[in-house]
Amino acid sequence: MEQMEQGILGYQKYLSFFRMRFLAGMQYRAAALAGVVTQFVWGAMELLMFRAFYQVNAEAFPMTREALSSYIWLQQAMLALFMTWFLENEIFQTITEGGIAYELCRPTDLYDMWFFRSMASRTSKAVLRCLPILVIATFLPAPYGIVLPEGFKAGLWFLITTLLGFLVVVAFCMLIYIATFYTNSPTGIRLVAASMVEFLAGAVIPLPFLPKGIRQVVELLPFASMENVPLRVYSGDIAGGEIYIRAGLQLFWLLFLICLGKLLTKHAIKRVAIQGG
Amino acid sequence: MRLYLKFFVIHLKGAMQYKVSFLLVTMGQFLVSFNVFLGMYFLFSRFHEVKGYRFSEVMLCYATILMSYSLAEMFMRGFDMFATTIGNSEFDRILLRPRSSILQVVSGRMEFTRLGRMIQASIMFAYGVSASEISWNYEKKITLLLMILGGTVIFGCLFIIYASICFFTLEGLEFMNILTDGAREYGKYPLDVYGKGVLRFCTFIVPYALFQYYPFLFLTGRSDQELYMLLPIVGCLFLIPCYLLWRLGVRHYKSTGS
Repeated sequence: MEQMEQGILGYQKYLSFFRMRFLAGMQYRAAALAGVVTQFVWGAMELLMFRAFYQVNAEAFPMTREALSSYIWLQQAMLALFMTWFLENEIFQTITEGGIAYELCRPTDLYDMWFFRSMASRTSKAVLRCLPILVIATFLPAPYGIVLPEGFKAGLWFLITTLLGFLVVVAFCMLIYIATFYTNSPTGIRLVAASMVEFLAGAVIPLPFLPKGIRQVVELLPFASMENVPLRVYSGDIAGGEIYIRAGLQLFWLLFLICLGKLLTKHAIKRVAIQGG
Repeated sequence: MRLYLKFFVIHLKGAMQYKVSFLLVTMGQFLVSFNVFLGMYFLFSRFHEVKGYRFSEVMLCYATILMSYSLAEMFMRGFDMFATTIGNSEFDRILLRPRSSILQVVSGRMEFTRLGRMIQASIMFAYGVSASEISWNYEKKITLLLMILGGTVIFGCLFIIYASICFFTLEGLEFMNILTDGAREYGKYPLDVYGKGVLRFCTFIVPYALFQYYPFLFLTGRSDQELYMLLPIVGCLFLIPCYLLWRLGVRHYKSTGS
């Protein structure tokens, strides 16, 4: 009984971290408005570009146009959930400037705490930005707007795979933070991680646009378990039994990344050097 | 100008003090724009052309924009980081010195890590120049040069606008990214790819098309209008409203007092 109580209390601890960061993130409304405008223009330009390619050769198009439009608008709306370059400077500073000493004094698990913290700042950003984009995108004319998900099942699985993909992103970013323990100059790792992962996750062009062979390999990587799955489940581009395989793969990578992250954190804390004071 | 050169040397020496970090960031910069290239490469391997432009021609176009953007970012970084200059009252000190404020802001910061992008742009130039069947006479060479220089000026202007807005507000400035980062991202294709509306905006509101689209038509032989060659110079007129905005901003300046 006591253990169970402790378990619940332990969980509450992280939940309040989540709430704190979430509320803090909600304060930046002007930034959010500017973000919405930016994302909207981005999405529109992306669609116009793909339109030009569509006019060249409609048959070489690997997705339907509606599916592509939904993909792009959802991607823009949920940018904050899925972009690996949304990293928190504060965490890097904590590590490089010695604030880590205080963090280690807390009766909390470092990995869990940062995990919840990243989740919170991402969701707070996304909540402020996603609705206006989605609403406007709904009213756009036929092949350019966002359509409803392919049936109830697709909608449900979209939510599930979104959650999974989101957690995979957070778990991956944790690895970037942890790498800072080992190098102390995170800029290089950050840039490389941000750029290569962006491509492999399907943020530059959706993965179906890659040529055969390359595509099959890329789709097995953990990066394809991020935004690639939910955005394509939504429009029925991934359907039927394939959904279960992809979701299973997401779950596998999620567990793998979390285990790896926890192991590395443990190892890093043992040999951590506190920088200055 | 001599003062500027002096600053230039100092910044260069400063950057060279941290060689490893410099190299890593430069490489990172290279990779960041490299995935844009990958995306284009795979799209072209599937579709072969867009609006009648071949891969080599589009490479040339992207190289121009990437090069001018990186040049502008390297030398105009001071304007890009202007929010902090106001925030920590550095600008008070600038106003006290007997030199023009623009010169001081510009020479206050230089970002040599942008070389990473320039390397990529140079490679794409090399490919574009050799693979596209353009006969390189004098006029075409000058056109290309003017395109890059014109682009650098326009992007520089946008950084000045960004800094000028900082005088009035520090909130929600993210939208300026549309005009700078957005233009770099989407200027990779000749602007008419995006349709008439976008092209019109880029001709009359923010004159990207004057250094990208029109001279590009002349360069690839799609148009015989030799006048197009000189349009990047016309685009430089964009400096005037930007300078006026900057002046207005400076007059409006109130120190943060810290």
